Amino acid sequence: MEGLISGEVILFYVFAAAALVAAVGVISMRNPMYSAICLLACFVAVAVLFLLRHAEFLGVVQLFVYGGGIMVLFLFVIMLVNFSQLKEVDLYVGHSRAAALLVLVMASFFVALLVGVDLGPAFTEPLAFLSVEGEVMGNSQAVAWSLYRDYLLPFEIASIFLLVAMIGAVVLGREH
Amino acid sequence: MTEITTNHYMVVSFLLFSIGILGVMTRRNLIVVLMSIELILNAVNINLISFSYQHSDLTGQIFAIFTICVAAGEAAVGLGILLALYRLRHSTEIDRAVELEG
Repeated sequence: MEGLISGEVILFYVFAAAALVAAVGVISMRNPMYSAICLLACFVAVAVLFLLRHAEFLGVVQLFVYGGGIMVLFLFVIMLVNFSQLKEVDLYVGHSRAAALLVLVMASFFVALLVGVDLGPAFTEPLAFLSVEGEVMGNSQAVAWSLYRDYLLPFEIASIFLLVAMIGAVVLGREH
Repeated sequence: MTEITTNHYMVVSFLLFSIGILGVMTRRNLIVVLMSIELILNAVNINLISFSYQHSDLTGQIFAIFTICVAAGEAAVGLGILLALYRLRHSTEIDRAVELEG
């Protein structure tokens, strides 16, 4: 049991650090293609963080939707857009130092605040994200049960939203 | 330090959120701005899932699914707008897009 706990701790620190380093890479790379690769690394690391919090279904969805779908979308657009003039342009807008200072102050304030919060121990029994009506099942079954029973209307609205987004993207992207 | 609590996840989530905000505020390339928005939405998902674990409540995970859904729609429409802008201005710099008339 002790070994399991320390394994989780190591995994958390490794992948949290990987996610943050990759995120810094996203906003600091000159070539958008490298930014996209860093974004992919960040998505994978965040998916591992999801797995560590027993969101197995969402971890895999994260890999499929972000790592597969959204990533391919970004890569296609980067390839469609010509970046030959990249070298001579500024990477950041004029007020970037002020913005960095502002974000640094905000981040240090809120991190100091968050470290001090005591939420108490996490609930252990019953694990709602692993069980359906008290019966222990997998996370996917629990998510499906909740999604199709309690959240059916939002689920259908989300499908209509995706249809609207798809039509909007096609209309915006077509040649005039 | 021997046990990972929700506070750890909140700190990681907030740092990821801050990096995303910094990218949105400072980068001139619209593609990277859209990527930073994805970082912000990911940070929100980490928070939702860690609180789902904290309270042993599935609602956070369900809400994260809808967040991913909105992120996918946002990426599609955002990149569509970017392509339209690129055809018009032959650039993806955001300060080329300050005047909005066609």
